[in-house]
Amino acid sequence: MNRVVESRLRRRHRRERTFRGLCVASVLVAALFLLVILGSLFRQGASAFTQTRISLPVPAMLPAGDLPDSGAMDYDAAVLDALAALLAIDPDRAERRELRQLVSIDAAFVLRDYVESSPGRVVSDASVRVPASAKVDMAIKGEFDRTAASDRRPLSDLQIDWIDRLVELGAIERTFNTALFTNGDSREPELAGIRAALMGSVLMLLITLAVAFPIGVAAAVYLEEFAPRRAWIRLLELSINNLAAVPSIVFGLLGLVVLIDWLGMPRSAPLVGGLVLALLTLPVIVISSRSAIRAVPTSIREASLGLGASRMQVVSHHVLPQAMPAIVTGTIIGLSRAFGETAPLLMIGMVAFIVDVPSGVTDPATALPVQIYLWADSPERAFAERTSAAILVLLGFLLSMNLLAAAIRRKVEK
Amino acid sequence: MYNDTRFLLLFVALVAFAPRAGLAQSGRDYVYIVGSSTVYPFATVVAERFGRASSFRTPKVESTGSGGGFRLFCDGIGVDYPDISNSSRAIKASELSACAQNGVTEVIEVKIGYDGIVFANALSAPDVALTRRDIYLALARDVPGDVPGELIANPYQRWSEVRPGLPDQRIEVLGPPPTSGTRDEFVELAMADGCRQFDWVRELAAAEPDRHRRICQTLRDDGAFVQTGENDNLIVQKLEANPRAFGIFGFSFLDQNFDKVKAATIDGVLPTFDAIADGRYPISRPLYFYIKKAHVGMIPGLERFLVELTHERTLGEEGYLVDRGLIPLPAAERESGEAAVSALEVLPLAGK
Repeated sequence: MNRVVESRLRRRHRRERTFRGLCVASVLVAALFLLVILGSLFRQGASAFTQTRISLPVPAMLPAGDLPDSGAMDYDAAVLDALAALLAIDPDRAERRELRQLVSIDAAFVLRDYVESSPGRVVSDASVRVPASAKVDMAIKGEFDRTAASDRRPLSDLQIDWIDRLVELGAIERTFNTALFTNGDSREPELAGIRAALMGSVLMLLITLAVAFPIGVAAAVYLEEFAPRRAWIRLLELSINNLAAVPSIVFGLLGLVVLIDWLGMPRSAPLVGGLVLALLTLPVIVISSRSAIRAVPTSIREASLGLGASRMQVVSHHVLPQAMPAIVTGTIIGLSRAFGETAPLLMIGMVAFIVDVPSGVTDPATALPVQIYLWADSPERAFAERTSAAILVLLGFLLSMNLLAAAIRRKVEK
Repeated sequence: MYNDTRFLLLFVALVAFAPRAGLAQSGRDYVYIVGSSTVYPFATVVAERFGRASSFRTPKVESTGSGGGFRLFCDGIGVDYPDISNSSRAIKASELSACAQNGVTEVIEVKIGYDGIVFANALSAPDVALTRRDIYLALARDVPGDVPGELIANPYQRWSEVRPGLPDQRIEVLGPPPTSGTRDEFVELAMADGCRQFDWVRELAAAEPDRHRRICQTLRDDGAFVQTGENDNLIVQKLEANPRAFGIFGFSFLDQNFDKVKAATIDGVLPTFDAIADGRYPISRPLYFYIKKAHVGMIPGLERFLVELTHERTLGEEGYLVDRGLIPLPAAERESGEAAVSALEVLPLAGK
């Protein structure tokens, strides 16, 4: 008898160990995937956080003595003159063309801003740092093989020679890529930034939150606390559960037909994007809020009714505060999903090249995931690292959203 | 529960009778461009330069695809509708008449240059010389059999079976999905032409155009042609990893990735700048901008944008779009286009 029990016990323990082993293995596999994704993003994207700049001596660019009127200056030519002076060369027309490819088109604007902000004379040893072109940036970062045949690489022998000389002179430096965070989109990789897209995403999320949270929670309260058990209510509940699984592009179509065509709202506006994403997140918020409300013990409701509270007071004083941590969690999950959506935005015109940072909800805007999609599709090689960098920023944003959720939850729970 | 129902009815009524068009844009101070994802990289560069150099705001460029662009463009006149639609093919007569029905009767056409479609493999793979006939035989779903009029399911598994002399390796071609304009052009220019080499199929063109189209323009679906997403960078990456595969993509991606992939010659011609520009390379297509004449003068900056678009520094042989992989027009054609645009010459309504 004893032996039978022992052998069963051993079998049970063995099974338990296998089960635990499988669980641990699953966690490890998931962690491995995460590491691989993050690792490849960091490997590709880390270099995008620095940008190569060339510092040019100001005197070589500007005539001695009093500066001419800013509007009359040819800043493009001045930048090339300074480069030529720095390299001690006297370029002909073809060489000037090659020289031009070393600096960003922004260089002339940097110089103009410098001249306009320092009226009158310039200091004799002043220099300005202008962004290098994406090709030079790639060369400095070692993104292509410099020893390849000259028609198999983006820079000519002459250009590589010049870059080497600039490095020797100490005129080339890699600094933090502020443009990535302060600029809007650009087709020049060295000037492209995510600020406009991030702003568009934030504006949209604010609208989504403002619309979906109150409506979602109110709907959940009604369905859980007040709704009669009627057939049409059941149907409603069923439809809400169904809506949570509808592909997001369908909401985009709805936005196009109802909000843009019918109500005449502008295309590419965060207002429309926010409303569409609100529709997308509503079912998630309703479902999670309902289960949060259902999890509040009936005894609490009965006790408060017994003490003479009205139905309204029961809900607002007891049920909602108890359910709030779980409701907040559900809302953040819904918003995180909305933050990463691109498909519905395609239909309402937000997959677009927009340079200016939106200042209101009806200004044309795009969103961070859309920006990533557009960059990933760009022919210029330098956009590859910027795509990864933008994904890292997106992940960071999601992480901070979730941390915020955790903080709010802890605060509400107390 | 009576109260709830009444409240619900009230809400439905409110939504149903909400004031329409209450939020329409009252004005727009930027140029609005829609259209092809092939032209998008060029249109955005012009838009950005224009925004930097002029006092006007940077135009908004939406990537909708050529057909989707014309649908928006032809919807009407006014600030809610695009000013410009770009396209990787000429506007169709049906689209032009759809435009006219909505009041868009005057449309200006500008050809900006050409784009070549290349058939490329990894740098480490052997050089390959193909004909359009080879491409057709390697990629069509059904190919003509030995007897005229007979169609057989494509039997070729290796390039060397298509034509002796081609490498002895499995046919494996990566290309864009059916929604892509690149694919449409590839099928029309490379496949259809290879298909015309068979006499009986060529004769079908007049008698049974639909059948002819089906025979000539259907890609095989047995795994030899692999559809990738509409992302040419992805194709370049996959070619690098797999030297046996070929990829189909736009010339500007070849131009940016000369250190990773190389193009096959088509009918003996390598896709180079010059060969595409003078028309020797067979698989190339013109790119267009279409402008609403009624919007010129109505939208601030549109007129200046057209000047920037057709200027020599933009489209000329040393223009900045050429640095981005656009194949420039012959100088005379660009100049006549510039003149036509500044005179605001519109397309004849009958279409082309």
